[in-house]
Amino acid sequence: MASVILPSAPSESRPGRFGIYGGRYVPETLMAALLELEHEYELAKPDAVFQQELDGLLREFAGRPTPLYFAKRLTEELGGAKIYLKREDLLHTGAHKINNALGQGLLAKRMGKKRIIAETGAGQHGVATATVCALLGLECVIYMGDVDMERQELNVLRMRLLGAEVRGVSAGSKTLKDAISEAMRDWTTNVRTTHYLLGSALGAHPYPTMVRDFHRCISREMKQQILEKEGRLPDAVIACVGGGSNAIGAFYEFLQDRDVRLIGVEAGGRGTELGQHAARFQGGVPGVLQGTLSYILQDEDGQIAQTHSVSAGLDYASIGPEHAALHDSGRAEYVSQDDAATMDAVVKLARTEGILPALESAHAVAECMRIAGTFKPHDILVVNLSGRGDKDMGIIARELKL
Amino acid sequence: MSLDFRHKPGLVVYLTTGDPDVESTREIAIAAIDAGADVIELGVPFSDPLADGPVIQRASERAVARHTRMPDVLRVAKEIRAARVQAGLVIFTYLNPILRYGLSKFVDDAKAAGADGVLVTDLIVEEGGEYLAEMERAGLAPVFLAAPTSPDERLEAIATHSKGFVYAISRVGITGKQQSLTADAESLVGRIRRWSKLPVAVGFGISNAEHVARVGEFADAAVVGSAIVELIERSTPEAAPAAVARFIKCLRQPQAALTL
Repeated sequence: MASVILPSAPSESRPGRFGIYGGRYVPETLMAALLELEHEYELAKPDAVFQQELDGLLREFAGRPTPLYFAKRLTEELGGAKIYLKREDLLHTGAHKINNALGQGLLAKRMGKKRIIAETGAGQHGVATATVCALLGLECVIYMGDVDMERQELNVLRMRLLGAEVRGVSAGSKTLKDAISEAMRDWTTNVRTTHYLLGSALGAHPYPTMVRDFHRCISREMKQQILEKEGRLPDAVIACVGGGSNAIGAFYEFLQDRDVRLIGVEAGGRGTELGQHAARFQGGVPGVLQGTLSYILQDEDGQIAQTHSVSAGLDYASIGPEHAALHDSGRAEYVSQDDAATMDAVVKLARTEGILPALESAHAVAECMRIAGTFKPHDILVVNLSGRGDKDMGIIARELKL
Repeated sequence: MSLDFRHKPGLVVYLTTGDPDVESTREIAIAAIDAGADVIELGVPFSDPLADGPVIQRASERAVARHTRMPDVLRVAKEIRAARVQAGLVIFTYLNPILRYGLSKFVDDAKAAGADGVLVTDLIVEEGGEYLAEMERAGLAPVFLAAPTSPDERLEAIATHSKGFVYAISRVGITGKQQSLTADAESLVGRIRRWSKLPVAVGFGISNAEHVARVGEFADAAVVGSAIVELIERSTPEAAPAAVARFIKCLRQPQAALTL
């Protein structure tokens, strides 16, 4: 177990910090578990047996590597850069979330924790967690806001079929933020027997680092695949950002490649006033929520603001701390796309490529549609298509009056 | 005007400021002090109280909905201090409202309001560098939480950096009622005493005279929160101060019987 670093140490130099962001802001009761998790993760990382088991499951069970697909018709329609889609939507359970769920599931097994809890917004992380628990024979409880349970009902049913107990959360905005708080309360109460399988690059150290590492395979494959196909790196990588797990996974291996633009797309919702969107870099200010220091949409008293997005997975008031640092350093750019542009992107991708993207991922597609025409024909854009849209058919049908 | 526990055992009373309204919080606090509370923990309502159980969550939600702000909390603190000079006064809060208000300004204004200390629920010792420096500068006591899950080296850091008293969490979990005290509390207090001569207050789930008496056997004070917040929830604003005063007197009854 790591020894206690006394508070004279400057916070920026400590593990779990991304610039000034990140850290560990939790009730003391959770500290022993966080230190145990950090310790166990550090042991597992260089452990060949652990990595082999994880790689095997990612390959045989989840379906990695995922294809890097050249979207020919979309490219022609938009008339600019060549567009490639990283097909995380083809993974088992339908989104990138399974990468991290498998990693942490194996870690929980190593730690001898037999009970798993998780939060979920869009339900993709909940489904991935329930799937891994079924695979590994672990008890599974998923917290999900009442609003999200209603709008992502299909995923609620999938989780139940997989043997998970789905607990609705009726507090606050009844969305992802409230599900995380409730999961943290459960963890605080059952910390001796339970692993909290956090699903985004959020929360207290070591979660943002660990979740990123489990998703690094996305950019590692992307890089290798684009070099094979094009013999060079892309001009930009585009990914949607809720908590930021798929985006950090898609960005990470390109951080040192300064010529590759990294573009994170937040949820613009239905307006620019506080409460109508989830664009943390447009109106958010640094603060502490749910264990980490990052940009937060909040009012002048430090109360966390309500957010809105058509996509449950991006509907969150804070953002992963590493994104906050990448924003401040300028290494990544963050833009937003609103609900309407997202719906247009769903239709466009469905009808040009025969691919139904998740509403979350459609935000990245929308940004690609906006900027593709500003590039030259030999330029390359890679969109991380983080999930598939079957779960969203109810919302899509209603919005588009299908 | 200090964090002394004049009673044995001492009693710390938590109130969510602004529930049902800020004026009532002041009246309830004064009534609680007159009924024998040694220290008042004045809670800053927060939209996302992840360390709290349903009772304090509901109170926070009501207080936030009424737009209870940090300046309101500090004003109530000042009024309590003016009315009852001897009582201990701790501002109890999540970190974000302090950050938004401004850390330096917060400690200055809390000191000016007459607070003795501050407890930040989601601030562990390691992340407290700047906070501790500011608290030291202003002459306020930082009170840290110690948990049954805290290993000895953490307890040492917690005990070293706490002033006023150390807050021992009675059991693994969030705030709220429990039937009986677990063995966790007594063993934790014993471990804290190895590192600190400060008084130790035990909180989380302390809701009746039996609990308070039991805590008195091994700790210096009991913290009562959810039980009082729930009583306020069930009372009218007018009746709440007297109801809380009666409840506090009842909490001490077995102790009174023993000293007769």
